[in-house]
Amino acid sequence: MSRKILEVRGLSRIHGKGCPLCTQHTGPEFDTNICPFCGSVVAAHDINFDLYRGEILGIIGESGSGKSSTVKMLYFDDAPTSGQAIFFDGAEQHDLFSLNAAQQRSMRNKRFGMVYQNPHLGLNFQISAGGNIAERLLMSDLKHYAEIRRRAGELLSRTEVSLARMDQNPKTFSGGMQQRVQIAKALATRPPLLFLDEVTTGLDLSVQAAILDLILEIQNELDTAMIVVTHDLGVIRLLAGRTLVMKHGRVIESGLTDQILEDPQHAYTQRLVASAL
Amino acid sequence: MTQAILTIEDYAKTFHLHERNKDIPSASGVSLSVYPGRLTALIGPTGAGKSSVLKGIYRTYLPSSGRILYRSKAGNVIDLAKAGEHQILELRKQEIGFVTQFLYCLPRKSAIDVVAEPLFARGVDSHEARGRAEKLLAQLAVPSHLWNVPPATFSGGEKQRVNLARGLIAQPRLLLLDEPTASLDPATTERVVEHIQSLKETGIAMLAIFHHPDLVRRLADEVVELSPPIAVTELSKD
Repeated sequence: MSRKILEVRGLSRIHGKGCPLCTQHTGPEFDTNICPFCGSVVAAHDINFDLYRGEILGIIGESGSGKSSTVKMLYFDDAPTSGQAIFFDGAEQHDLFSLNAAQQRSMRNKRFGMVYQNPHLGLNFQISAGGNIAERLLMSDLKHYAEIRRRAGELLSRTEVSLARMDQNPKTFSGGMQQRVQIAKALATRPPLLFLDEVTTGLDLSVQAAILDLILEIQNELDTAMIVVTHDLGVIRLLAGRTLVMKHGRVIESGLTDQILEDPQHAYTQRLVASAL
Repeated sequence: MTQAILTIEDYAKTFHLHERNKDIPSASGVSLSVYPGRLTALIGPTGAGKSSVLKGIYRTYLPSSGRILYRSKAGNVIDLAKAGEHQILELRKQEIGFVTQFLYCLPRKSAIDVVAEPLFARGVDSHEARGRAEKLLAQLAVPSHLWNVPPATFSGGEKQRVNLARGLIAQPRLLLLDEPTASLDPATTERVVEHIQSLKETGIAMLAIFHHPDLVRRLADEVVELSPPIAVTELSKD
């Protein structure tokens, strides 16, 4: 059996009307992702990668490099202009961008998880922390109140959120704790694939470390495949086995993470690594 | 002699620095073999490319040329210089270990868990994995009151031993050692030497760099001397 869980081919996203010259006059060599002829933004162009079961893949790059755009398309937050993504789920195979809206929603709710940098995107601030997780559990097959409450409690304690706070609104929580609730929520349906978009950005260093620890523990326990988007080289060093480097909507380099950090090939990656040390 | 587990043919590594438009050679013309149950030592002055060879094998560096032929447990010969990334990750998990001079680990993990991690990754039961980690930490004389503490606050020598234990615990088929005793006192160095000798008896193949000529004399079955790549000498003149 192949260990592949996700196969991404030719994934592209152009914001704007686009023209035939867009992709030929943007990218790292032109130092822009804005088409000089029609003004469209090439957020991502021709992204290709494979992800294996239980593997953590890092995507690194500066703001506007297209790393979040890539993940957003895979999580159906945005639709690609072109390209394909095949999700291998046990014996089933899904062509993600051919699914209808209901199928996409079901995939999102049951088979994928997402943790955003901004907890407002991942959490409902109108309801309690426990309620946020319950909402997610209801979308899977759990229906009994007591059972849902028990599972929600389990997930919160696994992500080290005090059970005493289960019935409180997450807007009263610290940033680190909001991220833990988001992670608990993302894990509620035990998805085989998890997306993490700058989840430690803006947190205290000690809180960052604890969140990274938690992510690795979960990956170990549940064998969850993850795509980790970050601009922080330290995060990919600790989490990711392989890494894609993006700039101006393109993957300019990919490789084993330690190789990217110690033997970067592309001029941009060399600058990035040199300026971080 | 038994069949080599690793054969390097004419390995070379040159870094191209785009910013300065400069090529920096770090190793060239390296050929060697490593055998099961034997230790090959790399010797040579600083800048001769000893670490570069180890990193090329582990693929932390992308080799510029040459072949790095590894005979896997399944009996296949794999050119590590060209193998796919997933295949390399799998070999790192199951067959090839690397003890570097630095310990990278998560700040909250106890020393035991840091050491046991390669076993966790292979799916070994956590109780058994921690048991083996404790045994190894004891063998390498890491004081038991430190076992449940994250290594961040440890002394250089203690960290080094945690790092070593982590590299040794999974008993890889091929072990790469980059100055494993660099910051250890004589008594602890002696323990490490004993441990390496016992690893040889279990059939592990080792390729190692030692700081001390004395250790090379005691532990090496083969010695490969590297000299700095020519271009480096030329560059240093200008």
